[in-house]
Amino acid sequence: MGKRNNTPQKKRMSKAAFRENCYGLAFVAPPFIGFLVFMAFPIVFAFVASLTTWNGMNNMLEHFVGFNNYIKLFTDAKFWKVLGHTVTYMIGIPIGMFLGVFIAMGMNRKIKGIRILRTMYYVPVISSLVAVAILWAFVFNYDNGLFNVIIKAITGQKGPNWLGNPFWVKVSMIIFMTWKGLGTSIILYLSGLQSIPRDYYEAAKIDGASGWTLFKNITWPLVSPVTFYLLITGMIGGFQVFVEVLVMLPKGGLNYSAATVVFYLYDKFAANKYGYASAMAFLLAIFIFIITFINFKGQDKWVKTID
Amino acid sequence: MAGNKDLQTSEVKTKKEKRIDVIVFILLSLGAVAMVFPLIYMVCASFMTKGQILSGKFSLIPRPFKSGTYHEVIFESNFLQGVRNTMLVEIPVLIVGGFTSSLAAFSFSKLRFKGKGGIFLGLLATMMIPFAVIMIPQYVMFTRWGITDSLLPLILPGLFGNVSMIFFLRQNLTSVPYEFVEAAKIDGCGYFKMYYSIFFPLMKGAVMTQIILWFMGIWNDYLAPTIFVANDKWHTLQVVIRQFNSQYAVNSNYPLIMTASVLALIPTLLLFFFFQRFIIESMAISGVKG
Repeated sequence: MGKRNNTPQKKRMSKAAFRENCYGLAFVAPPFIGFLVFMAFPIVFAFVASLTTWNGMNNMLEHFVGFNNYIKLFTDAKFWKVLGHTVTYMIGIPIGMFLGVFIAMGMNRKIKGIRILRTMYYVPVISSLVAVAILWAFVFNYDNGLFNVIIKAITGQKGPNWLGNPFWVKVSMIIFMTWKGLGTSIILYLSGLQSIPRDYYEAAKIDGASGWTLFKNITWPLVSPVTFYLLITGMIGGFQVFVEVLVMLPKGGLNYSAATVVFYLYDKFAANKYGYASAMAFLLAIFIFIITFINFKGQDKWVKTID
Repeated sequence: MAGNKDLQTSEVKTKKEKRIDVIVFILLSLGAVAMVFPLIYMVCASFMTKGQILSGKFSLIPRPFKSGTYHEVIFESNFLQGVRNTMLVEIPVLIVGGFTSSLAAFSFSKLRFKGKGGIFLGLLATMMIPFAVIMIPQYVMFTRWGITDSLLPLILPGLFGNVSMIFFLRQNLTSVPYEFVEAAKIDGCGYFKMYYSIFFPLMKGAVMTQIILWFMGIWNDYLAPTIFVANDKWHTLQVVIRQFNSQYAVNSNYPLIMTASVLALIPTLLLFFFFQRFIIESMAISGVKG
């Protein structure tokens, strides 16, 4: 031992550095072990399962079918249908951004009492998804729901069958999801706006720029990091929409008209088609990965930062 | 009107600006009322009778005012059992998970060890993995371990820490100079002692915020409890609420469903109102730093 320490061979760790190395690793060991057991292993497992027709009872490896599940998915009309719905729901992302940036601009003015409003906009974000989905299913109820009761009181006619019609059910879901997430967009845009130096606007005003020009040339480019973040997180979340549909329309809506990819996946999982469900899950992960990657690649082109 | 003299801000607003302020405030107020209106309606509906809701006429004020539904939900259903189960998950996860997360954050931020960057990136990458991918393997795993008859599938993963909490705390510690570590080393302070007597107190506020957010996350979680816990006895609150919905929607007992939802919302709303400054701040940071 002593001998080793005295011979300065290559670059050897000092005793103190070795100690720090051990402690450092030991302190991050719990999350790392958690990562291996509950993340890394399941991911590998899911990939292997996706190459089989495993149903939970049979021997997984004896039912190896290669990429058959993936090929089957590409010709599965139901899969394309639910993928279409999932993407349709993402219309809510730009709507949320649009509303979010304008509301945040209003809140960025120094007006007394504006903070209370901020809280009100944020309440849906921290509310339990199940509870508010139950609430909105009631709001959209055809006969006695809040919307149709109000529509009837105003126009005297019955409103649309929000959740029962293949078109209106998508409108309903988009309204619901936009309502739930709007607070996040507002808070993030607000903090983005607050980081823009005031001189920028004053300089532009001296040059005679109008409100719209100010927005187009200063505000919008300088909050682009927030827009970028909202787009990425919105799409990652958008591909995983599930509980919303499950609670509001337990059967996925009339003719499956509200079902999303994860909803379909869950159906297959519940029917013990673990192999097929895993393939779908993997495809979903790949979609998410590609979209995140494209977004990051394209980031330099449109995301501006101050300085 | 006292006039412009009272304006304490350095910039005196012009009349036109003031008029815009009024319009903006009115518009934003209308929007805010629209946002909370469904929630207000939920509270109102929880005090109504079934007949009033099924009348198909718009009304906000419960006539007659019926508070008995609350008694019914709280004491004559498995609502309290759901609350108990959720708390049985919250307590161990937040205590142990809060400890492991803050310890790891300290290590990632201030200690030097091999593979640090790689491990950190690996953990961060998990935030991108959809739950759908790991859901089936985890379900199989928990079934093999024979723990789906308990709350353990919800507790165990949390004990190992939470990636977003580690990330946030590490970010929080970057403002603490490295000299703290060096000074502690000179004094012969051990690494664990360094964590609990120097760094943990320094990140206490951030830890509290993250624990509150995590508490809300567990409280509101529906998917994991419904997939991994097989025994009705161990259903968490959200699962109980959802069952109310499917059970009572058939005979349109909306007051009861709304009551259960109101009760499920109260704890997170209270936490939010008390700690909103911290919650909103940490939300904003996670967005701006990406």
